[in-house]
Amino acid sequence: MKPPSEIESAPTENPVAGIDQTKGDFKYDVSYAFDAGKGLNEDTVRYISSVKKEEPWLLDFRLKALKTFLDKPMPTHWATKDLENIDFDKIRYYLSQGQKPKRTWDEVPDDIKKTFERLGIPEQERKFLAGVEAQFDSEAAYSNIKDIVAKQGVIFCNSTEGLREHPEIFRKFFGKVIPTADNKFSALNSAVFSGGSFIYVPKGVKVAQPLQAYFRINAENFGQFERTLIIADEGAEVVYMEGCTAPKFSTSTLHSAVVELVALKGAKIQYITVQNWANNVFNLVTKRGVAHEDAEIKWIDCNIGSRLTMKYPGVVLKGERARGEVLSIALANDGQHQDTGAKMIHAANNTTSNIIAKSISVGQGRSTYRGVVHIPKHLKGCKNNTECDALLINTNSRTDTYPAISVRGDKNATQHEASVSKVSEDMIFYMQSRGLTEAQAMSLAVNGFINDLAREFPMEYSVELKRLIDLEMEGSVG
Amino acid sequence: MATAVTTPATLTGSFTREAFAAHLERVKHLPAWWLDRKRAAYERFAAAPMPKRTNEGWRFSNLSTLTLDGFNAAPAACRFDQLAHRELGVTGAGHLVFANNRLVASQALDASTAGQGIIFDTLQNALLRHADLVQTHLLAQPSRLGSDKFAALHEAFLEDGAFIYVPKGVTAELPVGVFHYACGAGAAVFPHTLVIAGENARVTVADFFRSEKAAEAHFACGGNDLYAGHGSQVTYIAMQDWSRATLSFQFNATVARRDARVLSLNLHAGARQARHESFSQLSAPGAHSEMLALTVAHGTQEFDQRTLQIHQAPHTSSNLLYKNALLDQAKTIFSGLIVVDPDAQKTDAYQSNRNLMLSDEAEASSLPGLEIQANDVRCTHGATSARIDREQEFYLESRGIRAAQAQELLVFGFFEEVLGKIEHRELHDTLTDIIRTKFREN
Repeated sequence: MKPPSEIESAPTENPVAGIDQTKGDFKYDVSYAFDAGKGLNEDTVRYISSVKKEEPWLLDFRLKALKTFLDKPMPTHWATKDLENIDFDKIRYYLSQGQKPKRTWDEVPDDIKKTFERLGIPEQERKFLAGVEAQFDSEAAYSNIKDIVAKQGVIFCNSTEGLREHPEIFRKFFGKVIPTADNKFSALNSAVFSGGSFIYVPKGVKVAQPLQAYFRINAENFGQFERTLIIADEGAEVVYMEGCTAPKFSTSTLHSAVVELVALKGAKIQYITVQNWANNVFNLVTKRGVAHEDAEIKWIDCNIGSRLTMKYPGVVLKGERARGEVLSIALANDGQHQDTGAKMIHAANNTTSNIIAKSISVGQGRSTYRGVVHIPKHLKGCKNNTECDALLINTNSRTDTYPAISVRGDKNATQHEASVSKVSEDMIFYMQSRGLTEAQAMSLAVNGFINDLAREFPMEYSVELKRLIDLEMEGSVG
Repeated sequence: MATAVTTPATLTGSFTREAFAAHLERVKHLPAWWLDRKRAAYERFAAAPMPKRTNEGWRFSNLSTLTLDGFNAAPAACRFDQLAHRELGVTGAGHLVFANNRLVASQALDASTAGQGIIFDTLQNALLRHADLVQTHLLAQPSRLGSDKFAALHEAFLEDGAFIYVPKGVTAELPVGVFHYACGAGAAVFPHTLVIAGENARVTVADFFRSEKAAEAHFACGGNDLYAGHGSQVTYIAMQDWSRATLSFQFNATVARRDARVLSLNLHAGARQARHESFSQLSAPGAHSEMLALTVAHGTQEFDQRTLQIHQAPHTSSNLLYKNALLDQAKTIFSGLIVVDPDAQKTDAYQSNRNLMLSDEAEASSLPGLEIQANDVRCTHGATSARIDREQEFYLESRGIRAAQAQELLVFGFFEEVLGKIEHRELHDTLTDIIRTKFREN
């Protein structure tokens, strides 16, 4: 065992993607070439559509969505009243560097490179990062599809490009998994979306390395509205990773993405998110996938940042034997509310779903699990397992659990279990007796609590996650 | 007043202002404070909208079948000999029998029990003779689970019910039975049972809800208040067996003080649509509430159960177990919430909903919720929905037991976990019998 002094001096520098809030706490002056101004109306939407040189059907789609957004009430009859603090008139809905997505590193402007540098991505890593789609504000600033991926016939680009160059695939699936009117924020996204990824993996292709995208907000009062669409054709397999960090600003920022996944027969999609927005960001995201026959969709979702996150990744199990899984980790510190969960909609026989959610509330932080499991009539052989565990660190930490499970018929089985606990005093005492400080012991215990799930993450993410938790746990005891 | 009278008829249904005035006339001999409360309750009822789809407290409920129309707010009196009355099955136990909100039969407590100062009387008598006790405890808890409109209706039209008071240190050896009948098509009944247990007192109360005839439609809107003083033990058992055409609401409010233990067990068998709201407040250290329910859902019945366990003080515990057996096209909803207030450290709360699916068309929804604001707690909940274990079925059949019988055995095994919590032997047998009959009828 290492002496405690060594553990204490463990480097806090983050060698990987640096999703570390203290490092995200900076801002560069960026001259925005296109800017839709603040506030939202039809002109904003028309402006975005014209800048992006979109076809008329898409403008219509956006305008209709805007109407839906304005018509829909805030869902505060079940969600937190904090939503009322979003001032939609003070938000910029679109701005862009006015550049085309770059394919090589050399073409990326210097100031943006500087930002990446502060994010802590080492030079070596940058060159190596396969198929990175790094989104700088609304437009992708950097897009590099590794040769091998392209050779396999995989399309990996930003959604604007996807719309322009692959309309035949894009249009077929776009807005089908998450209809515009699904909720107020999916409607908002449909009206003003820009950026995000478009991925198409052809039949039988197994993408060997994960496709990654880093997102970043760098403007005050600026909301990001990515639209991501991933299609895995029959028998294809793909892993997508999304990580984000944002600078800290005083006024609220809104992030409202829509992510749609389609896994056709026998396909597998794994979508990994590490969310670490600054503590003033409203992160209201709609994520859903459709799994066809024998397909598998797995969401790995980790929420550490933001002021309020509302995100319930879902899987519609549309084909026989489809499988859906959500693994979720949430950490809520002072002033944060992580309202996360999962939705599993069974729509075919012998479909199975699994939800494992772990949350940690620190200080006055509040974490909420909200879930839906739905097994409609005349299905058979459907199974769901849900486990929610909450860990409360301080005496005034808060956690809520609101699952909704609806089952028809006698040929299906569901089970749900939730528990709430604190870190065991015996465990802390034991570790302290071995020379660890209370804070170190607490950090270790919390990491132990999520260890099962953290192991499911790709290595660099799980390393990062541990560092983030250490950081969040600083000052939570004593 | 002109403005008040313009309340749309749809909001009050059969329970019009005229019907309320007639009701007040019938109870005008009761204390003024109570009549004032009833008037205020009626205004709340008349002003409140019917539940809406967006109302979280009514998620999954069928709202289109909730109606206040077509009922008789003042059903005619009905004679005891009209009722096919079934006794409690406990020798010597006292009972009160109400039919259409009026007392029709009673058996006083035996002399030795009564001698200890136990009061077992009608609510009307208690309002006149023990006003202080009634005023403190009758409907003292606000409606918290979504039915404020119907709870207000209950308070406004509550005519009579049972009052049980057990003084400090006294144990009521035998359970007492309270029977509420509804008779005549469209009869609206508002049963109420108020139980007050003083310090270290012990009492068991069984409440029965029945219809005179199986085919008649009724409107039942009942409630009970259970107040368990320091160190007391209250056992409350309710058997809801209204006709299959009845619309039923039932509200329970339990308050458990220091070291008090309350066990409430609700058996649900009757009604077309039945909503049951149960609220337990653990207000002082050592308080414990055991919340149990058993539902046999047949045909197209809908049972909508909403619960709330509020832990307000440290070192309190609660344990909820709601079991539903679903047959035919029946539907059950369980929505529970455990709330642990800040500083209610060392809370131990459990909540479990088990649905046994016995038909391919039945539907069970579970919403087990937690809201925890203290960290040193043990709170867990679980919800399952599944059919009978095939291996158990197979085992029984392999021992020569016929399939139908094996199924019944297993279903009763499922029920026994709840029924077994009734310590009183005779009462346990009575209830098991009723459930068995109910189950076989179909």
